[in-house]
Amino acid sequence: MIYLMCLILFSVGIYCILVKRNLIKIIIGIGIVEYAVNLFFILVGYRAEGRAPILIEKQVVQNMVDPLPQALILTAIVIGLAVTVLIVSIAVRIYEKYGTFDITKIKRLRG
Amino acid sequence: MIELYILLLFMILGAIIAVEIEDLLSSVVAVGAVGLGLSVAFLILKAPDLAITQLVVEILCLIILIRATIKRDIPPLNRRKEVVGSIMVLLFIGGFLFFAYLALKDLPSFGHPIMRVSQNYLAQGLKKTGATNLVASVILDFRAYDTLGEATVLFTAVMGVLAVLRRIGRKKVDEIVREENE
Amino acid sequence: MNKKIKQPGMTLIVKTITRLTVGLILLYGIYIVTHGHLSPGGGFPGGVIIALSFIHLMLAFGKDLALKKLSEKLAAFFESLGAIMFLTIALLGIAGGYFFFNFVFKGRPFNLFSAGIIPLCNIAICFKVGAGLFAVFVALILLKITIKRE
Repeated sequence: MIYLMCLILFSVGIYCILVKRNLIKIIIGIGIVEYAVNLFFILVGYRAEGRAPILIEKQVVQNMVDPLPQALILTAIVIGLAVTVLIVSIAVRIYEKYGTFDITKIKRLRG
Repeated sequence: MIELYILLLFMILGAIIAVEIEDLLSSVVAVGAVGLGLSVAFLILKAPDLAITQLVVEILCLIILIRATIKRDIPPLNRRKEVVGSIMVLLFIGGFLFFAYLALKDLPSFGHPIMRVSQNYLAQGLKKTGATNLVASVILDFRAYDTLGEATVLFTAVMGVLAVLRRIGRKKVDEIVREENE
Repeated sequence: MNKKIKQPGMTLIVKTITRLTVGLILLYGIYIVTHGHLSPGGGFPGGVIIALSFIHLMLAFGKDLALKKLSEKLAAFFESLGAIMFLTIALLGIAGGYFFFNFVFKGRPFNLFSAGIIPLCNIAICFKVGAGLFAVFVALILLKITIKRE
């Protein structure tokens, strides 16, 4: 079923966050997890043979898909952009200080 | 909904390619392909607001990620892979997917959602707000606090980036500073 | 011997196409913002499109010309202006009843001047998002100093 494929995409992202050692790969994994979670919410709110929640002139639309998850996920997409921009800027500063993106070498706590 | 299954299969393949490939620029391009596939999936699921937003946000994320990776390609040093860690993670993911499959049986089946609150929004949206785009009436009139919170989060993120990338505190005592042209 | 003076920006083809299309992208973003209550879109994607038009200008022509069109101080001013406008519209609703009360006259549906408070909120959010994202991109581009590790 389709929910399970969405969760497989989520687990690909979780695998990338836990196993990889490059900082940019971890950021890519966080992005994939965000895509999977947004898709899951919209899949829950879909109505079979539904229409987009926009009223048209001189037509009475009977069955529309759920507009509430769409409003919440619109917020979530923009917040995901803000988080990605922030962690990329922190990663650029870490590269300036240590000269590498490898997380096993970023260990110095002082300075 | 056969096209939705094919699109999800394409996204899973793109994600696996983005995770496994060594070159940083190629994996950023693969993540861009996954994001564009997600935008088309939003169109198939009848959510045009989200499709527009996901498309432009994806383009901006790609530009910023490429800016961070284009001149900083590190050579792969010791190739000692951790075997025990990878196998434990795969076992954990297998267990997670098994229990998720058992839990997904309690959700309403795909295509028949329970819309208790949304029926009120759909029926009274035009009368109470006067907007014909019902998603805009939900985010800016019925649930305007969430939009205020989102504006605050964006503001804080911009403040954070401008504070992290400042000029003060970046020069150390003895260093050679070279400017490079764009 | 011939030394080539390095021109800022990209090649001539990119510059010509940018001159033709950057005004259209800005206009398209303004269209999506102001028709947010009639067709899909709204403040957030419209603001991102406006920021993308300025980023397009900066990528094709180099940072000096783009910063002459919209300097950093002006971007910071517009972002704060957008946030304050949004809060003011929300607080004015308290005079009518409660926070975020929809007090402007709601005209006939399917017009441009309908739906009360929603187009004004969309314009405020567009200022905020567009100027904020452009300021972030300028900060990432100006980070040009490479520091040699001692």
